[in-house]
Amino acid sequence: MTSNEILPLAVMASSLLPGLIIFTLPESRIRWRTALNLLGALAKLLLVGLLLAGVAAGEEYGFRYAVLPGIDLAFKADALALLFVTLSALLWLFTTLYAIGYLERSPHRSRFFGFFSLCVTATMGIAMAGNLFTFFVFYELLTLTTFPLVVHRGTDKAMQGGTVYLAYTLGGGALLLTGIVWLHSLLGQIEFTHGGVLAALADAPTWQLQAIFLLLIAGVGVKAAIVPLHGWLPQAMVAPAPVSALLHAVAVVKAGAFGIIRIVYEVYGIEFAQSLDLLTPLAVMATVTILWGSFRALFQDDLKRRLAFSTISQISYIVLGVALFGPLGTVGGLVHLVHQGLMKITLFFCAGNFAETLGIHKVSEMDGAGRRMPLTTLAFSIGALGMMGAPLTAGAVSKAWLIDGATAAGMDWAVWVLWTSSLLNAAYFLPILWRAWLRPLPAAFPNERTAARGWRETAWLLLIPPLVTAGAVLAAGMFSDIAWSPLAWAQLIAQREYLQGMP
Amino acid sequence: MTEFFDPLAWLILLPLFWASGAFLLGPTRGARLAIVGVAAQLWLAIDLAVKVGDGGTAIRHAVGGWGAPLGIDLIADGLAAAMLLLTHMVALPLLLYARGYFAADASVARYFWPLSGFLLAGLNALFLAADLFNLYVTLEIVGLAAVGLVAAGGNATQIAAGLRYLFATLIGSGMYLLGVALIYGAYGTVSIATLTPLINASAASAVWIAAALMLLGLMLKTALFPFHYWLPPAHGGAPAPVSALLSALVVKASFYLILRLWLGPFAPLTGTIAWLPALLGSAAILWGSWQAIRAVRLKMLVAYSTIAQLGYLFLIFPLLGPDGLALQAGGMQVVAHGLAKAAMFAAAGAMIHVTGRDAVADVAGVASRMPVSLFAFALAGVTLMGLPPSGGFLAKWLLIDAALTQGQWWLVAVIIAGGLLAAIYVFRVLRQAFLVPAQGERRHLSHRAPPLLEWTAFTLAAASVLLGLRGVDLLRLLAVGSGP
Repeated sequence: MTSNEILPLAVMASSLLPGLIIFTLPESRIRWRTALNLLGALAKLLLVGLLLAGVAAGEEYGFRYAVLPGIDLAFKADALALLFVTLSALLWLFTTLYAIGYLERSPHRSRFFGFFSLCVTATMGIAMAGNLFTFFVFYELLTLTTFPLVVHRGTDKAMQGGTVYLAYTLGGGALLLTGIVWLHSLLGQIEFTHGGVLAALADAPTWQLQAIFLLLIAGVGVKAAIVPLHGWLPQAMVAPAPVSALLHAVAVVKAGAFGIIRIVYEVYGIEFAQSLDLLTPLAVMATVTILWGSFRALFQDDLKRRLAFSTISQISYIVLGVALFGPLGTVGGLVHLVHQGLMKITLFFCAGNFAETLGIHKVSEMDGAGRRMPLTTLAFSIGALGMMGAPLTAGAVSKAWLIDGATAAGMDWAVWVLWTSSLLNAAYFLPILWRAWLRPLPAAFPNERTAARGWRETAWLLLIPPLVTAGAVLAAGMFSDIAWSPLAWAQLIAQREYLQGMP
Repeated sequence: MTEFFDPLAWLILLPLFWASGAFLLGPTRGARLAIVGVAAQLWLAIDLAVKVGDGGTAIRHAVGGWGAPLGIDLIADGLAAAMLLLTHMVALPLLLYARGYFAADASVARYFWPLSGFLLAGLNALFLAADLFNLYVTLEIVGLAAVGLVAAGGNATQIAAGLRYLFATLIGSGMYLLGVALIYGAYGTVSIATLTPLINASAASAVWIAAALMLLGLMLKTALFPFHYWLPPAHGGAPAPVSALLSALVVKASFYLILRLWLGPFAPLTGTIAWLPALLGSAAILWGSWQAIRAVRLKMLVAYSTIAQLGYLFLIFPLLGPDGLALQAGGMQVVAHGLAKAAMFAAAGAMIHVTGRDAVADVAGVASRMPVSLFAFALAGVTLMGLPPSGGFLAKWLLIDAALTQGQWWLVAVIIAGGLLAAIYVFRVLRQAFLVPAQGERRHLSHRAPPLLEWTAFTLAAASVLLGLRGVDLLRLLAVGSGP
């Protein structure tokens, strides 16, 4: 095996092996567990760094081996894969730090961190899958490894949320499997290829290709929480905060959005998809989701539920970017994959801090939280302003590219959708900020605790991750035009994946 | 080819030797003998599989130097070699498991070791037999040994289940024997190889009746819906290692025979009725899963799951075609389910061993005391649900592929629905075990499972999942000497 084959596998092994070892550790071995977690996360970052440097220089990384005759388990670390891999690897480190602080002294931590690591491994597999078969394998693994995390607390509500989650995702997996095998029976192995592979099937009946597209998109759309397949996401809010961060920013919904990107660009091919009239319905679905998610978020008093509906809306920005027929929209969608992750993880970290330190779960309890926890609230504000698309934040960059993309594609209505959504975002985020910063302190917070270690505000391990990610939100916004920024990488992908086939 | 160390003959003789030895030596030393014997058989089976796989042709052995038509022929093609390999890969961990399981209960163990030896001898002979009458004999050996194993527990429900099982198996083999007699009357031979070119679609009505009798009898023995009534009490009531052996191997033996007949001598007769087994199989998937979802007792849940999983095997019959996808799917499902179901019964047995109760509700909180068993159950569940990266997933993939290639959409719907139903009953157990805390007095139960029980279950489950990463090897072996 050459190093170009080993590197993608090593990226996965860096979370798989620690995960498997953690399962065997007794509950009391806290130091070992922490060391393994951090060692894995840092090793992964290092390996991803090597991959990034190599791919930017034009190296090709991949590994494959036969599982069935004519079916390979194939991994490919291309520029698009690395966009997702880097995001997940980076956020995994911070989520792990946060989770260590968050779960201090709670039971079943070996189980939690074991599945946590497996979950990230599955995400890496999804990102680096080289064909639809491999994608499906890891897509289902992600379902299986996140379920124990969603129900981690074991309460009745958690079980209910977990059951809903499982019903949706396994159902979606069944649809996806049907679509994939159907394609396979028509064309053999479906490799992800620049410009798509289905143009070879131009003679097949259009309805067939459209039906397969529907199956595939419905399958991944469950995880991407596209309306009407979004019902599980607000229910899954019962999970602990680090898990919510994982679901919303690192792994699950991202895996769905990423799947849509792969299917549209590298299976169907954007131009072939356009010729089958598939992109406009996709854009309409994304629009409905964006508006419905924002609209529902307005009426949620539960903070995490409000954030969940916000995720539903924001993820479809990515889908909308994909569905806009033009390179500008593509860049906007791809860069939002990263930006949304940074912003949403910040918001969930902060929501977790409010709940842990002050017992705040509802928006109506947020009065004065900014005075008690200024740094957390500052991070929250940056994330929220980013979601609205305020200048100098990452959100502004994605929105600008999406709007340019919509204009270039001649879809002016999409511009209006984006503006409306920004307004709605402001309408449900600004009241939170107003309450937190400007309302007076209440007589008592619902359940105030002072952290044993750390600053007055809260434990260090809970405070640092949101501050770092909030910093990243600002950095991605202010320095978007330097090399190695998410935007630059998204442009590189668009150039390689999209423009090659264009005149 | 009659060399002394021919694995074909020794695969049948060895278990007979150690079964007799175990009978004479008693359970303690008998167990050791049996385990050594099965380990040797596993080695022989691996050796045989490698030879068949590399050689690319079936291996023959004429017993005592006398081949057909006078003597007895043994033939190992890819399918037979794969079945032998599966049998011993399942049997060795299960016998180790049984040693731990029966440690406290010597009376059952006295019968377990000899009977399991006869069972394995019968199974091995069945997989290798080349004529219809020898197949009958081996079928009876397997059936009677299996009934003995079920009834050996000796309590009233086990004996009742054993009797019910005895009637089913006797009726099944009786029908089969009647069919063989009719065939012999029509053609004057019972050799499968000789019969295959003789039978065609214009055969006499006696041959049609014979085929119907034999296939129905075997379906009864395979517990295909609606002939499944005997299976849940037998498999759910027997001691765990016995349930595992029966569910993983014994029902597969009669399926193997159906497949052999269907692809061989009866191929010209079955073209028009291939949808019938598929229809019954679909009903089995839905009914078995539904019953598993409703089951109160843990082992009944696993037993009903067997009925559902056997249903998948019968879906392949209308799909058998020149591309070989359906046959590959069937072979993969047999192996994946064999490993997974053995693991699941073993894990369930370990849980019942520790909690002392057998309702699904009673596994509450078991996870913290026996995580290895629970993981084994979960991994086996992944195979049964057909989720990647397990062997069950590959079987399901191949089956859907075959169904789509032939435009059989209703089968695709059944397969997908079966997987989702399986998820319901598997997660029912896992939820209970992982998340519901133990109730009242049971919380203080400090009884731990013997590690041997837990780890053998885990090994089997891991094998069923890892099969999903090396499916290509199994399919290469299955392809040797196959095809109509």
